[in-house]
Amino acid sequence: MESSNTIISLVNVTKVFEDGATAVDSFNLDIKKGEFVTILGPSGCGKSTTLRMIAGFDIPTSGQILINGEEITNLPPNKRPVNTVFQRYALFPHLDVYDNVAFGLKIKKVPVKTTNKNGEEVVKMRHLSPKEIDQKVAKALAIVDMDEMEDRDVSTLSGGQQQRVAIARALVMDPEVLLLDEPLSALDHKLRLDMQVELKQMHKKLGITFIYVTHDQEEALSMSDKIVVMKRGAIQQVGTPEEIYNEPINAYVADFIGESNIYSGTMSSKLHVRFLGKTWECVDDFALNEKVDIMIRPEDVILGPEGKGVVDGVIDSKVFKGEDYSFIIKVGKAEVLCRDKKNREVGDKVSISVDPENLQIMHKEMMENQWTDCYINDKNQVVIGDDVFEADVTKLLKDGFIDDDGYLTSKAGKRYDLKDAGVIVECSFDDIIISDNLEEGITTGKIVSSVWIGDHYQDIIRTDDDEDFVVNTPYTWMENDVVSININKESLRLTLKKGLDNYAID
Amino acid sequence: MVNQENELLLTSPSEKKARFKRKRDKVIAQFIIWTILIVMYIPILVLIAYSFTTADNIGTWTGFSFDLYARLFTSKTGNEIMVALGNTLLLALASSLISVILGTTGAIGAFYSKKRTRTAIESVTQIPVVNAEIVIAMSLTVMFVFVGSYLFGGANVFSFWTLLAGHVILSLPFVYLSVKPKLQQMDPALYEAALDLGCTQRSALFKVVVPEIMPGILSGFLLSITLSLDDFIVTAFTRGSGLLSGEKTIETLSTLVQAKIKKGPIPPEMRALTTFILIAVFLIVLGITIYNNKAAKKNKVRKGRE
Amino acid sequence: MQSTKKKGLKRFFSFKRKYLAIPYSVFLALFVIVPILIILVYAFTDTLDDGTLIFSFKALTSFFTSPSKINVLVVSLFIGILNTLICLLIGYPLAYLLANNKYNKNKILVMLFVMPMWINFVLRTGATRDVLSFLGINGGNHPYLATMIGMVYNYLPFTILPLYTTMLKLDKSQIEAARDLGCNPVQTFTKSILPQSIPGIVSAAEMVFMPTISSYVISDTLSEGKVTLFGNIIYLNFSQSQWNEGSFMAFVMLILVGITMLISKKFDKGEARISANNLW
Repeated sequence: MESSNTIISLVNVTKVFEDGATAVDSFNLDIKKGEFVTILGPSGCGKSTTLRMIAGFDIPTSGQILINGEEITNLPPNKRPVNTVFQRYALFPHLDVYDNVAFGLKIKKVPVKTTNKNGEEVVKMRHLSPKEIDQKVAKALAIVDMDEMEDRDVSTLSGGQQQRVAIARALVMDPEVLLLDEPLSALDHKLRLDMQVELKQMHKKLGITFIYVTHDQEEALSMSDKIVVMKRGAIQQVGTPEEIYNEPINAYVADFIGESNIYSGTMSSKLHVRFLGKTWECVDDFALNEKVDIMIRPEDVILGPEGKGVVDGVIDSKVFKGEDYSFIIKVGKAEVLCRDKKNREVGDKVSISVDPENLQIMHKEMMENQWTDCYINDKNQVVIGDDVFEADVTKLLKDGFIDDDGYLTSKAGKRYDLKDAGVIVECSFDDIIISDNLEEGITTGKIVSSVWIGDHYQDIIRTDDDEDFVVNTPYTWMENDVVSININKESLRLTLKKGLDNYAID
Repeated sequence: MVNQENELLLTSPSEKKARFKRKRDKVIAQFIIWTILIVMYIPILVLIAYSFTTADNIGTWTGFSFDLYARLFTSKTGNEIMVALGNTLLLALASSLISVILGTTGAIGAFYSKKRTRTAIESVTQIPVVNAEIVIAMSLTVMFVFVGSYLFGGANVFSFWTLLAGHVILSLPFVYLSVKPKLQQMDPALYEAALDLGCTQRSALFKVVVPEIMPGILSGFLLSITLSLDDFIVTAFTRGSGLLSGEKTIETLSTLVQAKIKKGPIPPEMRALTTFILIAVFLIVLGITIYNNKAAKKNKVRKGRE
Repeated sequence: MQSTKKKGLKRFFSFKRKYLAIPYSVFLALFVIVPILIILVYAFTDTLDDGTLIFSFKALTSFFTSPSKINVLVVSLFIGILNTLICLLIGYPLAYLLANNKYNKNKILVMLFVMPMWINFVLRTGATRDVLSFLGINGGNHPYLATMIGMVYNYLPFTILPLYTTMLKLDKSQIEAARDLGCNPVQTFTKSILPQSIPGIVSAAEMVFMPTISSYVISDTLSEGKVTLFGNIIYLNFSQSQWNEGSFMAFVMLILVGITMLISKKFDKGEARISANNLW
């Protein structure tokens, strides 16, 4: 961390908003001088909040932000050596192009060495002279190719031009770090591609650090030296674009970056993984019998004549993409997305194989739902968050049953009062029943993420009291859909936090 | 060629009929608008017409003369009127300035406050807007008497200041409500951009937020002036001894005219003043319109350029 | 330790944007809330000879047992509603014409309608009286007619502004859609234009109704004291130092104001009225 190369460090940075929502959760990141770092994630993942904390618009709830080893966590934005390019440009409408760019320079003070009356050398701060300002403005406008436009009112500029002015306005301040908050999201597709190239060139030429926030994975892959993938306030993976694309750390990253096939599988023997009903050779060494996720990029799927590959399938659909075809191949119930130059027809039988190097094996993020802060109420139901689920507490005791007074009773007649007993509740992803009939379930929640894993979706449903339920479902749900949640009594497994004897009554 | 064709197309019979109908509708509309306008101005125009004769009553014409205009500056009544006019203008300007400063800062502050605080402030803001003027006037007066008798040992607290407070209360909520939509329309990132470029919180407000909401502030100011000039009830209740001339009670134009018309017709000198007021108002409106239309096509001079 | 404490203090006193609301809030509290509270105190007390206040329903009973006061309330409500309706009937089509650029492209014309507000309304009322009496309508022979004319004269500009701004914002494509879907002009009006302009109508009514009831100058001047409105008796009670009775009637007005606020809150939040100022 003390490496002189590091310009920005975020140490355990956490931001909890006033309404209690955690936007960023113990974020740790070091950014090197001159790097082009992209923070990538879907909207609401905390990427903008992270940037705003670096800029000084939001103050972290806890943790530290350091620039050049100096703490700036609570420093106001005007005292930080960083400048921001805003998503919707935020140009001052009452000023023209020139005055927008000159705005910061007119406030800026630079140190000058002078000698005071006693002959000592002192450093005084002075404003820039109009001439200095003019030179800097002209230079900045030239960098963004806007030098002809300085007298224009900003409202008369196109989106792309406004974006250039916004960049010039930030660059003219000579920031050590330039923060860009989805700067291209308001531009149309073609302009966006052009600006990507220009920004990249600008970065090379200026040599300063760029921190770029976007939800567009293509943008991130094409521009960055380093990508930080975020999900719900936490970093998922940090790496070069190649690393992120080829070796995603988990199913979430794999799904978010580019097209991918993701399957659930098991390590069957050393360097062999079993999924889609077959055993595949791989190069990643995982523990035997570990449940894993397997990711295959569509372009890495090798199609061959029936029977010549690892597994056979039938082409279910094809789309011509110009350079190649995109096929969806049915292997039993599962689907394999693949890209191939050779034209095939729907209904053709093909074999599928994958180079072992191209099988990306990933630890499963979570094997099943686990809620650690639950308790049992006086009706022997279990309370998860604020929601009450039926549960079978008799499973806590071999041959146990509930007596007429509602106490768990052993065969020998020993009784236990489980009211308010803390429990850990577990439930398989497959055992949660969701429905769009909101009346049907015990509680309702909003779908916060949905990832296609080979033959089903894995959705995360968050309830109003912020409990997450991970569900495997064959159906397509949209993010932000509200669904009801139900769990059968038998599907919930309870583990008492303290031994059962603690609850014995005589 | 093309023009001729267009001409031919335009003069087809159905088109002709439609054009006639449009024109007819426009004439009717203009007629309605101007009739109502003229009827509305009749009392004022009559006053002005009779400012060129010296009769005491409207309706008797005693020959054309500019006498009333001279009397406005020389006679006793004329003097009273001019003092009242001075008071009225001073009060309007002072109360509008205070309202603009308080109301603008209030709107900015509330805009950046928590929702609950903002809702509370806005609910109270609504009260003087919908409240009956007589209730505002009476409750303020009762409070001033109350304060005078319990806090100042029975002293009479009525003065220019109580009058000023009354007029500020009249216009303050309107300034708030004029500025608020401008704040809502403003891109919140502007303020952050100013901070980002080195402004302190205070200078960001002055350099970015205030220029952005300026149209709202200006219309709030004009509305304040309007409300203050037009007011009678609050003035009549909250006025006290005068500042400008040291007379016993402050007379504004409204209280002066009210006292006069209780006993008789509008004082003749007042008719002459009406002419001046109307001209002044015309000039102001004209000025505003010209200013608005001249979309600031100023020559740009860059300080740092040779 | 010392330094963090200092920092904390500095942070506590340092400028925050929301502090700007403090002077405004204090001013409103002092000059809006406190006076109303005092009125409420007076409305439900009685003043003894030595000036002390005791809790009492005397003002309430004296109001509700006085047929003349109830009568004034009823007459005031009637005149208020009538004036509101007349102003809307004239102001609505006028505002429609002014806002429709087929008929009027001139903003100055709209300003001309508002300009009388810059000439004090007492003077305008006096002029109206003098002109009316020249025409033979005076307080002596037609007190109610004279009052009504004075009211309409005075409050019409107040109705035009909010109506005009609402009309400017009418969704033209919705009106065209209504025509396209086969509405005749009357149906287009009732199904598209009228519903869209309701916020303007509500604020215009709000601008007229309460002031009509409470302003005593117009009725005093134009009817030569023959028409008594609610504002007149409040003023009368007040000038005769009957503060408890006066306060109770002010309280009755406050209830009316509260009802108006509730109604207007349903339709708009004063935006139509306020955006009227964008005219300037």
